[in-house]
Amino acid sequence: MTAPPALLRAASVSRAFGGFTAVDSVSMDLRPGEVVGLLGANGAGKTTLLRLLLGLLAPTSGAVELLGGAPDRERRRRLGYVPQGLGLYRDLTVRENLAFAASSYGAAPAPLEGELAESADALVRDIPLGLQRRLAFVSALAHGPSVVVLDEPTSGVDAVARAELWDTIRAQAASGVGVLVTTHYMQEAEQCDRLLLMSEGRLVGEGDEQAIVAGTTAVAVRTDDWARAFDVLDSAGELVMLSGRAIRVADGDPDGLRTILSAAGLDATVERVPATIEERMAVLARGGGAA
Amino acid sequence: MTFGLASASVELGGRTVLDDVTLRIAPGSVVAVVGGDGAGKSTLLRALVGEVALSRGSVDAPPPDRIGYLPASAGSWAALTVQQNVDFVAGVYGVPPGELGARRGALLERAALTSASDRPASQVSGGMRRKLGFSMAAVHAPQLLVLDEPSTGVDPVSRIDLWRLVTQAAAAGAAVVLSTTYLDEAERAASLVVLDRGRVLAQGPVDDVLDAFDGVVVRTPVAQRPEWSWRRGRDLHELLPPGAAADRADAVVPDLEDVVVALSLRSRAEVPA
Repeated sequence: MTAPPALLRAASVSRAFGGFTAVDSVSMDLRPGEVVGLLGANGAGKTTLLRLLLGLLAPTSGAVELLGGAPDRERRRRLGYVPQGLGLYRDLTVRENLAFAASSYGAAPAPLEGELAESADALVRDIPLGLQRRLAFVSALAHGPSVVVLDEPTSGVDAVARAELWDTIRAQAASGVGVLVTTHYMQEAEQCDRLLLMSEGRLVGEGDEQAIVAGTTAVAVRTDDWARAFDVLDSAGELVMLSGRAIRVADGDPDGLRTILSAAGLDATVERVPATIEERMAVLARGGGAA
Repeated sequence: MTFGLASASVELGGRTVLDDVTLRIAPGSVVAVVGGDGAGKSTLLRALVGEVALSRGSVDAPPPDRIGYLPASAGSWAALTVQQNVDFVAGVYGVPPGELGARRGALLERAALTSASDRPASQVSGGMRRKLGFSMAAVHAPQLLVLDEPSTGVDPVSRIDLWRLVTQAAAAGAAVVLSTTYLDEAERAASLVVLDRGRVLAQGPVDDVLDAFDGVVVRTPVAQRPEWSWRRGRDLHELLPPGAAADRADAVVPDLEDVVVALSLRSRAEVPA
């Protein structure tokens, strides 16, 4: 079976600003029906890659394709975008926001349903954040885009509202839309079909969560005196994190940790555990953990 | 002694925004308050620091000069440098000038802000500004540290710095309470409180919250009762009616996300908004 053609594609694309390479020979694609998560710390190059893919920035080298061609104005009409700040006009009503968005794409405004219909004439600044997020979604999807780009789509909302927003995203994917989600939250990453991890402009991991953390190890340390153990390990320069009453050490070496702890007179159990995506990012930010 | 709230309720404009919440925060521990926008997290924290009056119940907190509070809004002066912001707050709290240098140095060092200490607060990244806010809240070594969404909008690397700061404050003996919208972050705390519409859905150590959940959750492509289902990746998770058999092939071990969604749905069915 041949895979359907990519909706978005980057082929060894790079972008430099002066002497600084923000995106460094990245190749990736997004296919119809897929939800792909783009992960990375601040400065990893996510935003620059996104701007290259959307044709808002020209590559220094390499090539970018949107819907089978150059990302020009005509092809960008088939994009839907929800920025992290939602991109809504706070001093316009719900209905006015939808009408404005639809007219800029030359489409009919989306019908208002449920709670959004009840708030149709309310100013956006007066409705709760969860409803604002839903409005931003409806507004970005009204013109029936083929590619949807979402920047931290569920930030700030509760678990139920988050699941509802993901339902909307999944419905889009099920109808053949390709969805690219940029995030640095685990809970959003878990909802994606495939993940891409960037660090210092390069693509350093691709696949499911296991593939992303491959090469990074973590160690769980349990002791009665977690506060002192934390202090001792932190002072030794280890990458320590609290996890309930246990301490996790990213990229830690169990034997080395045992030595540090026993030298401080601490009785502790030390065991290897699977690393999290966050720990992988922390290790990368420290300049370690080459894939 | 521990700090906290007992049977606390808050009414604002005739609406109950906090409904009978009891919470204890022991010195040397971190408690996470988790919920979405409008759940009552900020109200709870503001009640704790005395910015909001309770309509019922009681607050048990140290005197104001022994509390450190990071509000949800920025909380630093844009025109002052990072160091001036910390020094100003230290002066307000009466930190002895002889101690200030060492304390500020240690805080900024742990916050990875040393190299930015002479930059105006307006010219540092969002993550750095939250770490600065933390440093300002903690410079007088408060007994109770109250942090309103310290990590919202902060990238993962700064988030780890922030958690290191939080952990060090607790390790030094402070009682720390912080709010977050993210469950994975709440799992880092020794104990959590899940709020929805002002009510406590669950509280305690994460493992206790998971153990106490009595529902059966299944993974399914199509929900039998859509109103009791929620999205998890390509499939849905669905809460079965009370009394359903748990030994089904499609049953999953509910994680914190499942438990919080299921408890929210139950609570909202009992008490419509």
